[in-house]
Amino acid sequence: MIAYVLRRIVQSVLVMLVVALVSFSLFRFVGDPVATMMGQEASQADREALRDRLGLNDPVIVQFAGFIARAAQGDFGISYRLQQPVMELILSRLPATLELALISGTLAFVLGVGFGVYTALNRRGWLSGAIMTVSLIGVSLPTFLIGVLLIWVFAVELQWLPSFGRGDTVDVGPWRTGLLTQSGRASIVLPAITLGLYQMTLIMRLVRAEMLEVLRSDYIKFARARGLSDRAVHFGHALKNTLVPVITITGLQLGSIIAFAIITETVFQWPGVGALFINSVQFVDIPVMAAYLMLIALIFVVINLVVDLLYYAVDPRLRVDRAAARH
Amino acid sequence: MNRLARAWDSDIAWSFRHSPVAIVAAVVALLIILSAVLAPWIAPHDPFNPASLNLMDGFTPPMEPNQFTGNVYWLGTDNQGRDIFSAILYGARISLFVGFSAVIFAMVLGISIGLLAAWRGGWVDSLLMRIADVQLSFPSILIALLIFGIARGVIPPAYREEMAIWVLIVAIGLSDWVQFARVVRGAALVEKSKEYVQAARLVGAHPARIVLTHILPNVMGPVLVIATIGLALAIIAEATLSFLGVGVPPTQPSLGTLIRIGQGFLFSGEWWIILFPSIALLALALSVNLLGDWLRDALNPRLK
Repeated sequence: MIAYVLRRIVQSVLVMLVVALVSFSLFRFVGDPVATMMGQEASQADREALRDRLGLNDPVIVQFAGFIARAAQGDFGISYRLQQPVMELILSRLPATLELALISGTLAFVLGVGFGVYTALNRRGWLSGAIMTVSLIGVSLPTFLIGVLLIWVFAVELQWLPSFGRGDTVDVGPWRTGLLTQSGRASIVLPAITLGLYQMTLIMRLVRAEMLEVLRSDYIKFARARGLSDRAVHFGHALKNTLVPVITITGLQLGSIIAFAIITETVFQWPGVGALFINSVQFVDIPVMAAYLMLIALIFVVINLVVDLLYYAVDPRLRVDRAAARH
Repeated sequence: MNRLARAWDSDIAWSFRHSPVAIVAAVVALLIILSAVLAPWIAPHDPFNPASLNLMDGFTPPMEPNQFTGNVYWLGTDNQGRDIFSAILYGARISLFVGFSAVIFAMVLGISIGLLAAWRGGWVDSLLMRIADVQLSFPSILIALLIFGIARGVIPPAYREEMAIWVLIVAIGLSDWVQFARVVRGAALVEKSKEYVQAARLVGAHPARIVLTHILPNVMGPVLVIATIGLALAIIAEATLSFLGVGVPPTQPSLGTLIRIGQGFLFSGEWWIILFPSIALLALALSVNLLGDWLRDALNPRLK
């Protein structure tokens, strides 16, 4: 157990180091930081002095170590485009993205499990057919088209919900939330649906398949033979056993949700980290790109690690398999 | 004629003739591809020739005569009086060009890496597959965005516009090679231990020759399936990047760029500017995707 945990942690650290190397190379080799910072009129001597001060004349390995030390403290320098510390920029926009990701993740999980159970229990119903068809469309539509379609129907034609921005926000300590105001809650509905639809269909199909599988098993037949109510059989026995893989997938999808927020945030002009990243790609704002890359990699690596360890803790069969595979 | 008859009788052709979904998908895909290729000859207007545009024709709704000029456009016009139908034909051309090129790039790269990993084994194999694992754990759109950003940083600003399409192709291709490499490596490992490969080794054939003329043809089945589905994904990836404003420049709009442009007019009620390019993109991606699904089932011996 300890050896496995250690190996997974070492792997995660290695991945982070590779990503840090990519980030560092961005800084070091893409564009000339001295030229960016000094402008055209600076003399050669000034340039050299700045190079020295920035440590650009040190051996590359020393620079890399310095980069990691600074990155670990959250120091990614100053944005070329906005002239503000990168970390401040990202932290000020992170709540918007996290709120969006959490709401759409929750939405996807609750609706996905609900629809999945319903379609598994009522396989022949017309409503199940309708849900399955809609989910098929949801999977084939690109995310940005779903967003545009929702804007067209609910913001332009029906005028029920706003089509862009976060609405009014309230500061709770350092966290700027949109969830406490009426307009903030209305604003998050369309982006959250856009972002969560794909994940919802994924979870729904998984729950449906797992439920159908479990409902055929012997212990369900036994539970029915014992005279338990349908409710107890379906939710107490069947659903409970389908949830382990579902929770794993949901956890892993959380990373994708944060990454796909880039698209949703652009469609709805949501002031989050993803929109910041797109702008930094357009303007070749290297510090922001590098910091975003590290942040997303960290989120992915941590989620993967936690899910793997949880899986290991939850499913005893895995431990036996791993032990057997090693011999 | 004999060869044609044999092709008609083959398993693949049989399964195609008996799958209505595949036939419809193939017809739709071919129709779009053909009209995109022939765009300069069949488009009623040249959407990129400013001389042929008449601002008075702007915002003409589909199938209705323009209130000033009386011209009728099938799918309407945009703000500059550009015919949407012609813009879609030319846009599909760029989308398909980027999609095909990116998939071919990803395919060549993936096959080479997969074959190399399978043939060399050892640390080369573990290193390449580790890289593939790490890349696979991130969404490919993120990888493509990152590569696009790096490329923009490396290319001097003066060349960014004209290089944009090539950068896009490399970015989408590099984000997509892993699937090919994994499948080719797996299939090649199986083939490698078969007797015909051993026989070829025994007679002293050069390793490169064995890999290219003996192993490669035998792993092409699954590669074809991934390439077809990959084409649909690449077209959507291109549209997404262009929609985000980091794809092809507005001077050569692809379907994604047209949708981006059209989004601005949605609020003022000009729905046709965004609707028709979206439908074209969807029809293209969906039909290619369905073809890929059919091909996967048709080539899978276990489903027979």
